[in-house]
Amino acid sequence: MSDLDAVFETFKQEVKELLEEMEEALLILEDTPDDSETINSLFRAMHTVKGSAGLFGLNDIVAFTHEAETILDQVRNNEKAIDHNLISVLLDCKDHTEKLIHHCIEFPDQDLPGELASYGEKLVVQLTGKTKQDDTLPIVNGTTQTVEMDTSAEAGELSDKWIISLAFKADAFRMGVDPMSFLRYLKTLGDIERVLLLTDVIPEADEYDPESCYLQLKVAFKSEADKQTIEDVFEFASDDCDINILPPHSKIDEYISLLEESDDQVELLGEMLVKIGVLTDNDITRALQKMSDDSQDNKPIGEVLVEQHVVHPEVVDKALKKQQKIKQKVANDANYIRVDSGKLGQLINLVGELVISGAAMDLMVERHGLADVEEVATTMNTLVSDIRDTALDLRMVPISETFNKFKRVVRDVSKELGKQIELKITGGETELDKTVVEKINDPLTHLLRNSLDHGIETPEQRAQAGKEDKGCIQLNAYHQSGHIVIQIIDNGAGLNTEKILAKAISNGLISEDHNLTQQEIYNLIFEAGLSTKAQASDLSGRGVGMDVVRRNIEGLRGSVNIDSVPGQGTTITIQLPLTLAIIDGFMVEAMSERYIIPLSMVDECVEMSSGEWEVDDVQHYVNLRGVAMPFLRLGEYFNIGKTNGDKGRESLVVVRSGKSKAGFVVDELHGEHQTVIKPLGKVFENISGLTGATVLGDGNVALILDVQGLIQKAVKGE
Amino acid sequence: MTIDIKHQDDSTTQLVIQDEMTIYTVLELRDTLLPYLEENKELQLDLSDVSEIDSAGMQLLLMLKQQAVKINNQFTLVHHSHAVVETLELFNVASFFGDLVVLSADWEAS
Repeated sequence: MSDLDAVFETFKQEVKELLEEMEEALLILEDTPDDSETINSLFRAMHTVKGSAGLFGLNDIVAFTHEAETILDQVRNNEKAIDHNLISVLLDCKDHTEKLIHHCIEFPDQDLPGELASYGEKLVVQLTGKTKQDDTLPIVNGTTQTVEMDTSAEAGELSDKWIISLAFKADAFRMGVDPMSFLRYLKTLGDIERVLLLTDVIPEADEYDPESCYLQLKVAFKSEADKQTIEDVFEFASDDCDINILPPHSKIDEYISLLEESDDQVELLGEMLVKIGVLTDNDITRALQKMSDDSQDNKPIGEVLVEQHVVHPEVVDKALKKQQKIKQKVANDANYIRVDSGKLGQLINLVGELVISGAAMDLMVERHGLADVEEVATTMNTLVSDIRDTALDLRMVPISETFNKFKRVVRDVSKELGKQIELKITGGETELDKTVVEKINDPLTHLLRNSLDHGIETPEQRAQAGKEDKGCIQLNAYHQSGHIVIQIIDNGAGLNTEKILAKAISNGLISEDHNLTQQEIYNLIFEAGLSTKAQASDLSGRGVGMDVVRRNIEGLRGSVNIDSVPGQGTTITIQLPLTLAIIDGFMVEAMSERYIIPLSMVDECVEMSSGEWEVDDVQHYVNLRGVAMPFLRLGEYFNIGKTNGDKGRESLVVVRSGKSKAGFVVDELHGEHQTVIKPLGKVFENISGLTGATVLGDGNVALILDVQGLIQKAVKGE
Repeated sequence: MTIDIKHQDDSTTQLVIQDEMTIYTVLELRDTLLPYLEENKELQLDLSDVSEIDSAGMQLLLMLKQQAVKINNQFTLVHHSHAVVETLELFNVASFFGDLVVLSADWEAS
């Protein structure tokens, strides 16, 4: 039974991926409905779902997906055009399939509930009903195609010939090169259909040097020989002649299919083209030469090759696509192993323990002064930290997966709200820990829906404000000092501070005589019980959520900030740690207590000398090289009521989070420390300034500081 | 290098080139032919004795024709030899000169 369960689990996983693939394909088709490759992958996805479902005897799914597959087959064979309506229906079909599968797996022995069944029938009608209406389409397509064929046949009289351009250099005759002999030799390889001699490049009598060559020829050549063979004809003249050989148009199809069939190996564009015979090595060399000659305009090699008339743009396009596909494929299924994430978690835990024991060993080595062991210990420590990095890397996934899911959200929501919204995704390759990705999905969805609902205005409102009808939301991600920053940027109306203030005052969040900065007012929307939208909608606006969003993000040791320019848009910035497991820490000691500061947030360490930095102990400010910076005495902050009586030599650790900086005053610096983050118990939940704890090599506990929170406290002078 | 004057009157000069027209002779040919072209309203070149012509020679003919058009003089080629015909055809420039090419009866033999 458990075996079957496991198989079911795999089936579920597989179908989920297929359906995601299908959704992605559909969204791509919205922009480029003719992309046959995407249509194929769409068909394959549906086909595989049907096949797998049949394997498990899930007849309801088979029956439904069969209809969708039939339609897609028609689309694939150009019997049916794909349009926005069809895409919408197919997206619904995808959702419906998901529900069916859920039902079939959860309640394997029950019939479909009436609701699901009738919805399924409705979709089938929508799918097949369309077909009848569109019956005329194939004929229309057929005629247009023949028309195109005719015109292209007329225009391309020379379409099945090689076009060879020869521009001889002035010294050609003197070097013993006779253009005529090449033409004669060419005749042995095929038929010269036409020669065009450019007579107007021959200079007039006064400038004419009889021994210089001015000949420029274009030769239409019909031959079965390949490009290298033709180029070899002119090998002898290659120094005295610029030779361009453009393969026949009719060869394009051949090249394209050759490209299609070529091995799936990552190659350079040039290599691919040489391999299928469309280019020769010489062509590439000349193109590269040209590229290095005018290096200021960095044109891609494909463009240069087309400009030199040695290759047709269609072939280059195809090659580029192929190259892209191979790269993707290599990235996608290059030796993937499906691993239970539980096993990975266990590995990370073990690595954590290993790091701690490593630290314990270090301590012993130091205590007993074993010089010869020290070297071994150092090597092992390096290895341990490498293992740590590799283990953590295993759980890193690019955020694009999450981002791409939002395409559908944006599409559906904008339809529902009657808005035109474009989603831009940048920085999708940024990686972060899988556990973080899972947990950030909900808050992100909420924030995005919020931007869609409240941020972007309706087309009419936008037109009134003198903006483009189409709104734009950008999802952006990048790494910054051990954190990942995720931004949701919209170009909507921006936040209305007055409304926020009015609401906050009426809800008793703040008093009327508040003293808030603009930034703090914006951040009020993350408080519980505040919604500025007059009417609550389906999507958002019930005033629950934004506070939950913030709590969720803070639960991940992250932070969220909002910035807005009225009338121009809003930017929500989320900062998250890359991983929740192990970090590089910087250990300090204050009043005999050890603390860990994430190393990535440490800017510098200086001696806390009142003479040099003009320490202001009342206002808690130092003058660090001309810049006023707040500081916090860690010992006093965490040991409330006590003061450090014996102030020995103190150090100032300058930490930075985003743009803000602060100094922590500590008694001792212990240096770098690999820190395994252990969560604090429930008892400590309300202590601000801490995010966790770690076990040190000697068995003691060190507290991990919440640098961001502490900086804010330092700024406020608490 | 022999260029015979076959016939000459006030406006027309007919020259017979009894030599090869190749890179080795084009310099001399140019120097000889250009003055004739410029001084005569009509210049006819009899090419029946041109045993050999290469690209340089053909290019010279092209230049002379262009020059003739420019100064509005007549420049015609007559009695093309086998070598000349073949070259003109190879380069597809026969129509550029616009001369009547007469194939001799012993075409295959020559």
